[in-house]
Amino acid sequence: MAKRVVITGIGIISSIGSNLPETIDSVLASRSGIGKLKYLDTFHRDEYPFAEVPWSNSQLAEFAQLTDLAGYSRNALLGLIAAKEAFAHARLDQVPRLRTGLISATTVGGMDRCEIYYKDFLTNDSKNQYIDVYDCADSTEKIADLLGIGDYVTTISTACSSAANALLLGARMIRSGKLDRVVAGGTEALTSFHVNGFNALKILDKVPCRPFDANRSGITLGEGAAYLILESEEAARAGNREVFAELKGYGNACEAFHQTASTPDGKGAYLAMERALKIAGLKPSDIDYINAHGTGTDNNDIAEGLAIERLFNGTIPKVSSTKPFTGHMTSAAGSAEAILSILCLTHRMILPNLNLESPMPELSFTPVRELISDLDVNVVMSNSFGFGGNNTSLIFKKI
Amino acid sequence: MEELIEKLKKEVIEQLNLEDISPEDIEADSPLFGEGLGLDSIDALELIVLLEKNYGLKIEDPKDGKKIFHSIRTMAEYITEHQTA
Amino acid sequence: MTAFINGIGLISPQLTTDPAVFLPEIVEYTADYLQAINPNYKDYINPIAARRMSRLIKMGITSAKIALSDAGCQMPDAIITGTGLGSVEDTEKILSGMNEGEQLMNPTPFIQSTYNTISSQIAITLNCHNYNSTYVHRAFSFESALQDAMLQIEEGMADNALVGGIDEMTDNHLQITRKAGHWKMNPVNNLTLLSSGTQGALAGEGAAYYLLGNQRSQSTYCTLSDVKTIYHPKDTEELETSILSFLSFNGLTIDQLDAVIMGYNGDILFDTVYNELGSGIFMQTQKLWYKHLCGEYYTSTGFALWLAANILKHQLIPAAIKVNNLPSDRLQHILVYNQYRNVNHSLLLLNR
Repeated sequence: MAKRVVITGIGIISSIGSNLPETIDSVLASRSGIGKLKYLDTFHRDEYPFAEVPWSNSQLAEFAQLTDLAGYSRNALLGLIAAKEAFAHARLDQVPRLRTGLISATTVGGMDRCEIYYKDFLTNDSKNQYIDVYDCADSTEKIADLLGIGDYVTTISTACSSAANALLLGARMIRSGKLDRVVAGGTEALTSFHVNGFNALKILDKVPCRPFDANRSGITLGEGAAYLILESEEAARAGNREVFAELKGYGNACEAFHQTASTPDGKGAYLAMERALKIAGLKPSDIDYINAHGTGTDNNDIAEGLAIERLFNGTIPKVSSTKPFTGHMTSAAGSAEAILSILCLTHRMILPNLNLESPMPELSFTPVRELISDLDVNVVMSNSFGFGGNNTSLIFKKI
Repeated sequence: MEELIEKLKKEVIEQLNLEDISPEDIEADSPLFGEGLGLDSIDALELIVLLEKNYGLKIEDPKDGKKIFHSIRTMAEYITEHQTA
Repeated sequence: MTAFINGIGLISPQLTTDPAVFLPEIVEYTADYLQAINPNYKDYINPIAARRMSRLIKMGITSAKIALSDAGCQMPDAIITGTGLGSVEDTEKILSGMNEGEQLMNPTPFIQSTYNTISSQIAITLNCHNYNSTYVHRAFSFESALQDAMLQIEEGMADNALVGGIDEMTDNHLQITRKAGHWKMNPVNNLTLLSSGTQGALAGEGAAYYLLGNQRSQSTYCTLSDVKTIYHPKDTEELETSILSFLSFNGLTIDQLDAVIMGYNGDILFDTVYNELGSGIFMQTQKLWYKHLCGEYYTSTGFALWLAANILKHQLIPAAIKVNNLPSDRLQHILVYNQYRNVNHSLLLLNR
């Protein structure tokens, strides 16, 4: 019999807050983190809006209580802050240690430093201590060392579904009894690398992203980190601690269609959601809210929207994309949006899809446009889809 | 125009890394996308870069690419029209 | 959790692409790093589909196709890749492009540089909508992929899984990472690597895909019984304890091992870990090594697993990989033990 997986701790830093309480304040006030770039240096800085974390690296180092910033990428700093918050939130320092893993996700690792120091790497020795920061594993190992986690450590990179897949693996490791606790999530710093990549693909919106709007024109890049503490039900009993939700289901599917495009009818999205429902043992009508991937690109929103219509035929739950709050946090989007979905359970609310003016004529449903509060929300689904057609869907249930 | 067409064929092959295709394999009027060469949306973006890099022509909306990149000839026509303008 | 190894595809600096033969000869190099011997990729990938693929992606798809055909499998239930570095070549194109200014960047290198491109291109080639994932954790990358695959099988979510370990080296990346102390500063002869007496490893590359199944088949090489990663052990004693408990968890004692394949890479700073185990718990064990054949890279255990599987299948240990020489009649249990820089340690256990 598979073990139940529950969530006992949350940590998040993004453009809308440096921790969980600030994040809650921002979403309750419908306050977006999208604006002008302050720290990232790129040719495209004035061309597009971004959801940048509004603190410098040295301020982030202070948040992470580091005395020396040397050798740390912004990617690692963001990850350390969120993972530490989650660990403390679950009060894991106050209960006996059990088999604990760290499963972290990132798409370009320490690229934020490497792209700046690349010329130095090629021509002199001044930045040699940042060479190994390039690896995706660098931030993961720094987090593992700080939290003293060693029973299982790994890093996942499946583009924009990365952190959702970290949660998926964490849940499977606990259900199968291989681990008792997992710190799972993702971290991503804004990079010129990403800005140029998405710019070359012509999918950055010149105004803050407008998911599910008829006039949407692409994504707004964001950054940040988000980690959750997953525990088996038994492990969570130690120390009289709070349990926030159950991770009830998960599903992953591959579009196998095109490296950067979804099938027009969202086959991968459909399969991922269907598989998650099956693992959860739930019907489509049991879902109260879908936190959609909803990037704001032409292609994603129509494919995801049509897949939702087909799967939830007749019983379409409330839907919104929260990317207009946080921007697209790429590899960290999956865990950040899992957290926003869980807040809907714990705070009895549905988060709005900001910036939505003209609903898409192709879809029969309209996402939620204003914050809904005082509503019983029992089961939520969070979608995260990535390049390569890597689609993952997670289901959380109120405890 | 014919000279430009021949030049474009070579440039398209190079930009898109169409290893086994020679300029003679590409008809000036046959469609590059879909049933023709079987190119896709990423190739269209690569062709936008080609036009800007080699001809100084900037296409702001990738949707405009559909018409311009219909065939080698439509590309040549677009270049002739906009470079002289 | 036991899985059968039912098919293998390996592209490496040795002659390994034909599953029917097992190391017909040893390729000798004197080089800065060992480069994989490229098969004719056009035999495996049509040129239009290959137009955007850098060499690493072609290596991945080709070795995956060889593994599937070796196993007689059309459609795997999962595709899982481990890659420490992903497409270095594409990432370098972007970085040098940005150095020249950010105005005229083209999209293809960005798409290819995404770490999960290999897994997803294999899925596109096969039209496979099943579970798809990618692990990118230094010398745990391939091991994490194997563990995920074995868990899929244990959970009953998959009857079989295509699992790979793949990494490439480029001149440029070698030059940069040399400065962080990873590699030897001058070309070395691969066959005399162990006596180099210098710091730094000999770099290499390769692509290995495996079809793991829950059933024995006609093409079965052996079973993969267990995979474990050990993160940053305090000292050799803690490491030895972990290895012994891994074996005992799998019902074995150290003297039942017919061979241990160790990851000696010629770096005198870190080969000491193997030496300590070699004169410690593995004192009486037949010790083998493999990185003189494929070089050091984050997913080199993809090569070691191929060696182990073929040793069990052919009941033969090639002389070129022996560290010591003990008589053995029946080869039943092989352990692969690898570590990188004494941080990422891993164990793979294979049984006949």
